[in-house]
Amino acid sequence: MIRFLLERLLQAALLLLVVAFLAFVMFRFAGDPVAQMVSIDTTMEDRTALREALGLNDPLPTQFAQFVMRALHGDFGLSYQLGRPVAALLADRLPASIELSLIAFGLALLVGIPMGVYAGLKPESWLSRAFLIFSLAGISLPTFFIGIMLILIFGVELGAFPTFGRGDTVDLGWWTTGLLTPSGWHSIILPACTLGLFQMTFIMRLVRAEILEVMRSDYIKFARARGISKTRIHYGHALKNTLVPVMTIAGLQLGSIIAFGIVTESVFQWPGIGLLFIQAISTVDIPVMSAYLLLVALIFVSINLLVDLLYFLVDPRLRMSSK
Amino acid sequence: MTLLSIQNLTVEYPGRKATFTAVRDVTLTLERGEILGLVGESGAGKSTIGTAIMGLLDRPGHVAGGRILLDGTDTTSIPDLLGARVSMIFQDPLTSLNPLYTVGQQLVETLRTHHRLTPPEARGKAVDLLDQVGIREPETRVDQYPHQFSGGMRQRVVIALALCSDPDLIIADEPTTALDVSVQAQILDLLCNLVKERGVGVILVTHDMGVIAQTADRVAVMYHGEVVEEGPTQQIIHAPRHAYTQSLLAAVPRGDRKLDRFPSLSYAPIGADVQTAPDLSLTSTWLRSKAPDVGTGASTKPLLSVKGLGIRFLTKNAILPRNRRYVDAVKGVTFDIARGEVLGLVGESGSGKSTVARMIAGIHPPDTGQILFDGQDIAARQGSHDRQALRRQIQMIFQDPFSSLNPRMRVRDIVAEPIHHNRLAGSGAETQKIVGDLLTIVGLGAAAGDRFPHEFSGGQRQRISIARALATRPRFLICDEPTSALDVSIQAQILNLLKDLRDALDLTVLFISHDLPVVRQMCDRVAVMQKGQICELSETERLFETPQNAYTQELIDLMPSLGPA
Repeated sequence: MIRFLLERLLQAALLLLVVAFLAFVMFRFAGDPVAQMVSIDTTMEDRTALREALGLNDPLPTQFAQFVMRALHGDFGLSYQLGRPVAALLADRLPASIELSLIAFGLALLVGIPMGVYAGLKPESWLSRAFLIFSLAGISLPTFFIGIMLILIFGVELGAFPTFGRGDTVDLGWWTTGLLTPSGWHSIILPACTLGLFQMTFIMRLVRAEILEVMRSDYIKFARARGISKTRIHYGHALKNTLVPVMTIAGLQLGSIIAFGIVTESVFQWPGIGLLFIQAISTVDIPVMSAYLLLVALIFVSINLLVDLLYFLVDPRLRMSSK
Repeated sequence: MTLLSIQNLTVEYPGRKATFTAVRDVTLTLERGEILGLVGESGAGKSTIGTAIMGLLDRPGHVAGGRILLDGTDTTSIPDLLGARVSMIFQDPLTSLNPLYTVGQQLVETLRTHHRLTPPEARGKAVDLLDQVGIREPETRVDQYPHQFSGGMRQRVVIALALCSDPDLIIADEPTTALDVSVQAQILDLLCNLVKERGVGVILVTHDMGVIAQTADRVAVMYHGEVVEEGPTQQIIHAPRHAYTQSLLAAVPRGDRKLDRFPSLSYAPIGADVQTAPDLSLTSTWLRSKAPDVGTGASTKPLLSVKGLGIRFLTKNAILPRNRRYVDAVKGVTFDIARGEVLGLVGESGSGKSTVARMIAGIHPPDTGQILFDGQDIAARQGSHDRQALRRQIQMIFQDPFSSLNPRMRVRDIVAEPIHHNRLAGSGAETQKIVGDLLTIVGLGAAAGDRFPHEFSGGQRQRISIARALATRPRFLICDEPTSALDVSIQAQILNLLKDLRDALDLTVLFISHDLPVVRQMCDRVAVMQKGQICELSETERLFETPQNAYTQELIDLMPSLGPA
């Protein structure tokens, strides 16, 4: 178990190092950083001095080592466009993205799993068919379209929900949350539905397929033959056995909605990291882009590590083989 | 009072084109403390009767007629039928336990479903039950997960689960088919003791006549959904009246003496593959025209010679080599096979017999030892051309006819593939001619080539596998449990075919099986494997009559037999 954990941590560290190298290369070679920092009338001497001062004449490995060291200390340099430290920018924006993603993800799980279980247990019923048609729509409609339609119906026509922004937020010092104010909750509903719909239909289809598979297995037949109640069989025996594949996919999905909620954040002008990234691209703000790249890798690696650990909780066979 | 009474039971499966009647007008009775054997070949409807009693028929199957009475009450009107009055034991102990819960959790859950017990009481009862089914150290075992138990131990757990509710009737559906003979004997003993002690009635569903002979009090023989004969076990086995029972018994391979051929079913089963004896005169043409590389002069030397063969598998990986753990799957295996000989390789699951076959076939490279084929080292010949020429002469027939044929290829292409690969035919037309001949030889007829594997039954598919293996004009065949997935009557046909082919083509065969009676019928010499090593190797008759090794003796004693004939 501990060995497995160490192995995984080592892999994660290696992966992050590779991503860091990509970020570094982008930073170093996509345009001349000095040219971006100085004005047109700076003399050549001043430029050379600046280049020397910034360590840009050092050998490449040294520069990379310095980049990694700075990144480890949370120093990603200054944003070209905003002139503020990138780390501070991200720290400002991250809570908004994480809150939105977690609410969307929770919504997807809470609705998607029961729907999937139902559709898996009663594949013939009309409700299951309705779920499937609905999920097809959820998977095939593009996110921006769903967002715009929700804004049009609930925001503009009915006026029930705000159409942009986070509403009032409360600053906890290290975290700004919109979840402590009524207007914050009001504002998060539409974007969370937009972001979660695809995940929900995805999880529903996955759970349905797994349940169909598990219900055919011998141990379910045997449990029925022993007279175990239906509820116990469905939610105790069957659902637990579907969890491992569902967890894997759900974990990847959570990573991708935190990192790539860009479309939703744009549509709802949600002040998260996705919006920051879009702005960074349009202004070629390379420090922000490279920091974002690292952050995304970190999110994915951590979530996958967490999912791997959850496997151990769910499946005793894995616990044994790793001892 | 009669425990179970089945009256004129008919079970139907309505289909799109026609209604399939799985069980037709079956009447059976069972007393307390009695074991009723239900035998028949696959598709005879024996398992359907079990599931019909439980009321667990898969849709759209349903009881179309008749009644099932338990203690005089119709089973459909007994509310706590499942588990409480009737329990079931399934065939495969590896899949009938939920892998994510401990054995204790599953026992406690079942106990508390049927009795008013507090969790600690239920746990205590669970430990008792494990003890009763012969699991040692039940106190510690109860908290373990199913994967920590061996196959036989899991089947004991399954039986304990079936006993949770003190049932009156236990339906055991092929309870020992997936187990080794030694474990099978233990499980059958356990079942018999439970019947004596608790006075439950047992319906034992099986295809294995040997199991029935050892265990059942009465037998009902099923054929195509109908009970063709019913009576006391001794009478059915020694004086069967119905023609089907007679031919079924005749087809059971005998462990007690060697016969020339397997008696095939004289009672023609409807829909089963009935093949006339293949016309082997065809073999005089292409199959006999062997390549000149056959060394005829060296015929006194063994064709295949295996020396000190060994392979180990990693069981626990570690960064430091000294911390790694290995298991010796095969260790120091040495044997020769003479030209035209059939060598049997027997042993229980995990003894390494299939691994030996895979190494000879070149699927696994061995870690130690040498494999000489016709005097040439198989591993040493690296040149791809030479190597392929050598490999071409060694072909393998696998156990499972359902997974060893590519479902998306036509039979003709399946059989033609090795011919193309080895460039054995000059033209496409010649290939088609050869494929047609091969399919005729194995008794399917050339027209079978146009169809897909799923259109064939298990026995027919095994014939396709044989045709495919013959397509490279091999001199050496490895048969890895070629008939263990088949019914006895089909098994007899396939084994007869293999015998005929061996005689006609001078094939040398390595025949792997766990089924001792089959081995006695098929092989000239037999090697017994235990824990990766050969513990005895001698002439078949000598091995069966006067086994030298204690383990061999044990295996032969455990061999299910029909009793003195």
